[in-house]
Amino acid sequence: MMAPLLRSLARVGRLLPRYSTANCPIRLLSTTKPLRSPISSILEFDEDVEMFRSVVSRFNADVVAPRVEKMDEEEHIDPIIISSLFETGLMAVETPEEYGGAGASFTAAVAIVEELAKCDPSVSVLNDVHNTLVNTCVRKWGSDYIKETYLPSLSTSKLGAFALSEPSAGSDAFALRTRARKLSDGDFVIEGGKMWITNGAEAEIFVVFANAEPEKGYRGITAFVVEKPWGVNVVKKEKKLGIRASSTAVLSFDEVHVPKENVLGVYGQGYKIAIECLNEGRIGIAAQMTGLAQGAFDRAVSYAFNDRQQFGKYIGEFQGMQFQIAQVASEIEAARLLLYNAARIKEAGGQFVKEAAMAKLIASQVAEKTASRAVEWMGGVGFTRDEKVEKFYRDAKIGAIYEGTSNIQLQTIAKLIQKEYT
Amino acid sequence: MPPRLNIVVPIKRVIDFAIKPRISAAKNAIETNGVKFSMNPFCEIAIEEAVRLRESSKDLVESITLVSAGSAKIQDTLRAGLALGADKATLIDIPAIDDSKSLELEPLAVAKLLKAFVEKSNANLVIMGKQAIDDDSNQTGQMLAGLLNWSQATNASKVTVDEASGVVTVAREVDGGTETVSAPLPLVITTDLRLNTPRYTKLQDIMKAKKKKTEKITPEDLGVDVTSRLEIVSLSEPPKRTGGGKADSVDALIGKLKGVGAI
Repeated sequence: MMAPLLRSLARVGRLLPRYSTANCPIRLLSTTKPLRSPISSILEFDEDVEMFRSVVSRFNADVVAPRVEKMDEEEHIDPIIISSLFETGLMAVETPEEYGGAGASFTAAVAIVEELAKCDPSVSVLNDVHNTLVNTCVRKWGSDYIKETYLPSLSTSKLGAFALSEPSAGSDAFALRTRARKLSDGDFVIEGGKMWITNGAEAEIFVVFANAEPEKGYRGITAFVVEKPWGVNVVKKEKKLGIRASSTAVLSFDEVHVPKENVLGVYGQGYKIAIECLNEGRIGIAAQMTGLAQGAFDRAVSYAFNDRQQFGKYIGEFQGMQFQIAQVASEIEAARLLLYNAARIKEAGGQFVKEAAMAKLIASQVAEKTASRAVEWMGGVGFTRDEKVEKFYRDAKIGAIYEGTSNIQLQTIAKLIQKEYT
Repeated sequence: MPPRLNIVVPIKRVIDFAIKPRISAAKNAIETNGVKFSMNPFCEIAIEEAVRLRESSKDLVESITLVSAGSAKIQDTLRAGLALGADKATLIDIPAIDDSKSLELEPLAVAKLLKAFVEKSNANLVIMGKQAIDDDSNQTGQMLAGLLNWSQATNASKVTVDEASGVVTVAREVDGGTETVSAPLPLVITTDLRLNTPRYTKLQDIMKAKKKKTEKITPEDLGVDVTSRLEIVSLSEPPKRTGGGKADSVDALIGKLKGVGAI
């Protein structure tokens, strides 16, 4: 029973990066510290990743931060953010260079999602869905035709969305009812509706899961690459508790004609694509939640130690506060370790389903708790919208819900454990 | 034949501009342990200017070479510069000058290193930051021009190259306003804040920068002795701001100003 655990550890061991000469810390208040000894930590990254983080850090300060509040109030992502993300290459992290991408690693993509979330989790999820779901699907399962047709524009200008969920198909994704009717010439006509689609309002390219043979149950589900002008309608944008700027759309497909060349992967094996995508996507959400936690923590702790004095000293100096701060910092560190452990195992090609589920589960819990504490640490001021911390509290809630609810994560983990013990 | 610019851009690795420097416990150095380092902002502006010159006119710029002196950690900074658009980079390896000792590499020593390097590279234009944000010396560019016996235009806020004549016109920000100077190549230009706003580095360029050439040389290769001649006697933080006061009327204000000896 220890064997699978030891195998995973061995894989991670082979993956630990060589001791990097890069000077690591990103922020004075971050919990990562540079290492002086030659023994690596999972949280030590190679140069590429560190340079990407610097780019995002600057991007956050110059482009995102000034717009966060307005975007949240208006429930709309500023188009400048989307175009700037494309211009900086942040929307094509893993895409190979020949298609206009940066050709970087999965860990790099995940680090970018984490870093973006420190400033705005809405921007982070926009980037995460585009990179880890849409780009990945097209890259892994696309035919040469699909890759050549869509990867370049996905790298430079067109936002993608992942259309799987429906009103009656959330956790039970394969109960989806959107149909793909096969025509005599081999093309398809997609009919139905999707719900809860992130980026739904701004996306131009959709990965759509529809059932081409409902009699076969989930084995009829096929994935398609669909272009918006073919007839994808944005019926509604949800008004939400959190990540308000991220569009969460209800889509309708009204006799959308899709050429047979746009079948993604193998006909009737869309369910496999969905499962694999979601397993990876889980790590992306874990990154978003970890970044969110760090962002909230940094904001509130800086306030506690530098800004607010009561009873003659900074509130961060009271032991009660210190204990809470230390506890939360430890939990964020734990979440980060789970996150990057899962990312590295996946990158090495190992079995990462359990680790990814654990990472998302814990990260979403830590995000919720951290954001809640952060508001408390800032007191009345934390409760006001001006102080830019209550938003993290609202944004955190979605972590336990999308890309696999916490209950689904628990079930996944439990089933894998059961296998190990029986 | 219009001149082709062979540009050298010296850069410096410094404590990130966003970080508040602290003095170490020993009170004789800035705390560098665990602190983030980046490229000096004026150096970024210099690289950006060189790249813009290249983009302004086809064939105007032959090459853009970065150079920096210090320990191996500078590789990261050089790579960031290559990602901004430079062609190649040279690291003048001085292992003793690690992050904690960067103030021991003085402007005159750097100017001598650069003089030797510029002459070796057949450069005809040096664009560099006017000063580094760690020591704020504002000396290296001027010393370099003197050693090379080249023209110099410091604190540049605008640079124009007349391709036909090879004359460079530079608008300089001086205390009284803007001064415009011009000189034929070769020349040393030092950049001021408002010269340009560096572009965001694209991820693709960061990856491509890995393939660009970086060479390593030593001060001995350039025949320069970089021993420091200055000793930092002590460092102290600026005095903390004390509160001001309020005055009820103009007379009271004048009274207070006289009281503190301001007028």
